[in-house]
Amino acid sequence: MKYMLLICGDETAAEHADDGCGGWDEEMLRRGVLQGGGGLRPPDEARTVRVRDKEVLLSDGPFAETKEQIGGYCLIECTDMDEAVQIARKHPAAGYGTIEIRPLSVP
Amino acid sequence: MTTEAEAALAHAFRAEWGQVVATLIGATGDWDLAEECAQEAFAIAAQHWPRDGVPRRPGAWLTTVARRRAIDRQRRDDIGAAKLREAAVAWRGSEQEPVDDSGVPDDLLRLMFTCCHPALSLEARVALTLRTVAGLTTAEIARALLVSEQTMAKRLTRAKRKIRHAGIPYRVPPAQLLRQRVPAVLVVLYLLFNEGYSATAGADLVRQNLTSEAICLARVLVRLMPDEPEATGLLALMLLQDARRAARLDSAGDLVTLDKQDRSRWDHDAIGEGVQLLDGVLTLGQPGPYLLQAAIAACHATAAEAAHTDWHEVAALYGELARHAPSPVVELNRAVAVAMADGAEAGLALVDTLEQSGALTDYHLLQATRADLLRRLGHTDRAAAAYRQALSLVSAEPERRYLESRLVEISGN
Repeated sequence: MKYMLLICGDETAAEHADDGCGGWDEEMLRRGVLQGGGGLRPPDEARTVRVRDKEVLLSDGPFAETKEQIGGYCLIECTDMDEAVQIARKHPAAGYGTIEIRPLSVP
Repeated sequence: MTTEAEAALAHAFRAEWGQVVATLIGATGDWDLAEECAQEAFAIAAQHWPRDGVPRRPGAWLTTVARRRAIDRQRRDDIGAAKLREAAVAWRGSEQEPVDDSGVPDDLLRLMFTCCHPALSLEARVALTLRTVAGLTTAEIARALLVSEQTMAKRLTRAKRKIRHAGIPYRVPPAQLLRQRVPAVLVVLYLLFNEGYSATAGADLVRQNLTSEAICLARVLVRLMPDEPEATGLLALMLLQDARRAARLDSAGDLVTLDKQDRSRWDHDAIGEGVQLLDGVLTLGQPGPYLLQAAIAACHATAAEAAHTDWHEVAALYGELARHAPSPVVELNRAVAVAMADGAEAGLALVDTLEQSGALTDYHLLQATRADLLRRLGHTDRAAAAYRQALSLVSAEPERRYLESRLVEISGN
């Protein structure tokens, strides 16, 4: 199973931006779990695009004005949801932010 | 002969449905197929058993028939060579599993843990357990849980979809996860029980029967996990609580409080069984919340008269429960027990502290308890005010009538 870990947090999470992953990524790469991922620049640097009736609508900032924003993501592969939870809980961001585990849809 | 077959079939449905479905899910990985084939197997049994007699091992008979149906349907549906090969492997694998005579291989336990996986919402877990493990129809579950059939059908579909797509494993959790996952199963069974227990005499029979469904499922769990004290504790708790059912409402449907119940109407066989279960596990070290609640229920159930209740023991058990699983409701119950053990004044002090914490402002029983204690201390006016406040918060009809009668009683004095 493939899952996307969406690492979310409020503005205070930004101070952890340069923390690194405390060895989590090395371990997950070694185990063959981690397939990709990265940290994101703050949401105020975002640009949002939509096309409606052939018209391009552009706006500044993230698409949803919520307190919690996505600060990073990891694509993982593991056997099931239980293992995904075990993997996510070891991520240092789980200690200050929130990690949403989203199964990838399989065609 | 026919009635004998019918009785055997009804019994087999209760005893074997979950097992048949569990085995089929284990073999095919397809929840809907498993349920449909189990249903067909019972329909075939309804034709064959009256004519040919009840098989020696009804569960094995039903499983075999359901398996054949599943294989036929998978072939008929032409699911593609690759999938067929995959299925064939699964069948072979399952044939090799030892099926012992107790008739309880791991499949049923696997099914219970999967239906009660914490990744599913509590209401989805409850619905799925009733459908898949207990074999209730979608319509029955909807009636029992007071939602529309359409809502329930959607809820079940969504839950099964989540199991399939989110990779919720079909297995008993491994040892290191087991301890933390057992409560997710127990909470579902206790919620079912309470839904049934809170149903009044006039309520739908399917709803009332939720208590026996819950007890039945708890028995299965205890049989499958004899070393899990909290499962045993939950079964004991349900038996001890359910034993009082007949005495809980009077002929007019009004609530009868514990101290006024006719104890000869309690089910003493159930009480005996509950106490015996408790005695078997209470010595196994630190008791968890269900065991503690069962021990409290046993204090009440084994007192020949209300006046004989060991309130000091009850208060101590609530204290332990509050340390284990702190909650304002537990604290309120402790206050009641302390009032009985050490006097109304001591109890009222605890209730007042609780009220000041602001935790139970919308809970009618907080005010009802305050009212009762104030009444016992002779503060009639303050008691009446508290009864009125409780009445403004209560929703269940028998409880409303009870509070109204108490208010009339003290206002008349």
